[in-house]
Amino acid sequence: MTTLTDPPKAGFRLSQLLYDTRYRSITIQVIAMILVILGLYWLVNNTIQNLSALGKDFDFGFLSQPAGYDINQRLVEYSSQSTHGQAAIVGILNTILVAFLGCILATILGVIAGVLRLSKNWIVNKLMAVYVEGFRNVPLLLWIIAIFALMTEGMPQPRDFKVGGDASMILGETVAVTNRGVYVPGVVFESGWFASAAMNWLAVIVVLVASLLVIRVVRRRADAIQEATGDRPTTWWQQLGLLIIPAGLVLVLMGATMQYPYIRGFNFTDGIHLRNSLIALWLALSLYTGAFIAEIVRAGILAISKGQSEAASALGLRPNRTMNLVILPQAMRVIIPPLISQYLNLTKNSSLAIAVGYMDVRSTLGGITINQTGRELEGMLLLGAFYLVLSLLISAVMNVYNNRTQLQER
Amino acid sequence: MKKSVLLGAMTVAGLAAGAAGAATLDDVKARGTLNCGVTTGLTGFAAPDANGVWDGFDVGVCRAVAAAVLGDPMAVEFVPTTGQTRFTALASGEIDMLARNTTWTFSRDVDLKFEFVGVNYYDGQGFMVPRDLGVSSAKDLDGATVCIQTGTTTELNLADYFRSNNISYEPVPIETNAEAQQQYLAGACDVYTTDASGLAATRATFEAPGDHVLLPEIVSKEPLGPLVRHGDNEWGDIVRWTLNALVTAEELNVTSANIEELSAGTNNPEINRLLGTEGELGAMLGLDADWAKNAIMAGGNYGELFEKNIGENTPIGLARGLNAQWTEGGLIYSPPFR
Repeated sequence: MTTLTDPPKAGFRLSQLLYDTRYRSITIQVIAMILVILGLYWLVNNTIQNLSALGKDFDFGFLSQPAGYDINQRLVEYSSQSTHGQAAIVGILNTILVAFLGCILATILGVIAGVLRLSKNWIVNKLMAVYVEGFRNVPLLLWIIAIFALMTEGMPQPRDFKVGGDASMILGETVAVTNRGVYVPGVVFESGWFASAAMNWLAVIVVLVASLLVIRVVRRRADAIQEATGDRPTTWWQQLGLLIIPAGLVLVLMGATMQYPYIRGFNFTDGIHLRNSLIALWLALSLYTGAFIAEIVRAGILAISKGQSEAASALGLRPNRTMNLVILPQAMRVIIPPLISQYLNLTKNSSLAIAVGYMDVRSTLGGITINQTGRELEGMLLLGAFYLVLSLLISAVMNVYNNRTQLQER
Repeated sequence: MKKSVLLGAMTVAGLAAGAAGAATLDDVKARGTLNCGVTTGLTGFAAPDANGVWDGFDVGVCRAVAAAVLGDPMAVEFVPTTGQTRFTALASGEIDMLARNTTWTFSRDVDLKFEFVGVNYYDGQGFMVPRDLGVSSAKDLDGATVCIQTGTTTELNLADYFRSNNISYEPVPIETNAEAQQQYLAGACDVYTTDASGLAATRATFEAPGDHVLLPEIVSKEPLGPLVRHGDNEWGDIVRWTLNALVTAEELNVTSANIEELSAGTNNPEINRLLGTEGELGAMLGLDADWAKNAIMAGGNYGELFEKNIGENTPIGLARGLNAQWTEGGLIYSPPFR
């Protein structure tokens, strides 16, 4: 009888780390890890050494010191006596504002241009191609500066609007387009519930959001009735009423009145001042990113097989319903992931604001504050952390939406 | 992948923070050129001429230092800096000295860790407005839109001035003097404010300088001077005493015209010490004996530099005023060469 003997148990040899496939991958990973740690150590050590050579310390205390400079566009209370930290917050809000406005406009432009680029109408098709290629292939900074220069050099000065001047307001004397920006009518609350205008607006927005939630309930009910009986009850007037009446009531209760801009002294007062810098940055970011989104939308639509639209036609759906009910919902699955990175690009590109003097976080915290306090390292780290957090937040929100549009597989 | 990107970014950051070594003099000598930070372009103070050669009052200081250290006033690499980039450029060692109408303030000296070696122009912040605006005082500027170079002391002074006078304004932040000029001329701002000398220099380049007025208010003290990093006192001494040599030369009537004659030896021991024919001043700085002579020959003494670049016979037309020699009622005063 033969017995199977175990193979001789050789001791672990060092060369196995390199030649034995069981260990080799671990060896390589360990070496890579050590190199990374050494690299990081060198960088941190280098930074510490250089800081001490310059006689500087690492301290975020400057954030609570008075900033001393003024900011033109501020969404929250701020004066030159406020702290550097508050200046940073004003900048952060300005960044978020332009990124938010930019994402919305870029999406609208992109979807329209992307769909129209597939049009069978030759002129529309080519016009959109010119838009996409023109904006996609010219650096964003040039567009920002071009739009800004157009506004600054091409529009009349505010004092030309004075009596005897040769400029006049448009849209029934309510909107003034000047070389310092566009002045539009604004809403003020005469008996607002809160002291600050921002809080009053927040109240209106909360009511609007609540209305939207109720509207969803109404829609769900309509869906359920349609499922059960095949007839969809008419709900558009309920929806419209729900949207308008509560918000309108709040506005009336807070004494909302329109305020029209008028010229006084050097500038227009009252109303809302959309500064050149905001307009230039917003439009340029939207047009530029919109061109990329157009291509994404076009690719998404082309990715849906022709059989889908043919099947929809066979069922008797008209072309626009085919697009809205069959093609776009499926195309969204392809569109959204690259759309997220376009939103992130837009947000980060908004840091080009300094080119036109828009006071975003790069200009306040990353610009003037660093310059006045000499805290480059701290300021840049904070700035980097802010953009990181903002980008992660945007992609988190978009990922939730993405997961909901993805194909549900069981 | 994520790690390697992070590593790359930090490597760049680390390298950028690297260069600030100690012995600037050795670095400059080894390199053979002086890296001097100047403005991105302000006529009279620092701007390239038609041939692309930098010229101006601040440039003159750079050239004098290069002449003193390297013997060649043209051995200067000019690095244009904005109000925002200048301090980082100096702190990181990208430039050896900064001569860029920079105001000497407490926090820049103490907190930002720079060494101001002296004052080459005593200035104050002023306001320029178009004549047809009909404004005669800065106090009439309530509600005006003001163009302002960002990252400067003028930005802080402006906030203080309007706040203490209880009037409002709309700041338009701008990176460089050229952009400010363009915005101001386009009427995107009513007022341009910066150092009065800068306003005069900017106005001189306008097509119709007479259509613009400088308001009478000077709202701050702006002692402008060259600066170096903290921590390298030998280099600081060289720049300081080069500037002092230019000032002393004017006081002693040593000009670029008569310097050859005087350096043969004179009866005035201070001139002899200055020009290196007597004493060991150059060796004490670690330079040649004729360092100051070279510096003065580079562009003339302080008064010559002033007259040639920004004086009353130039389009900029600044009077000496506070910047006259102390013997003529001004503030320009050099410690003795002894």
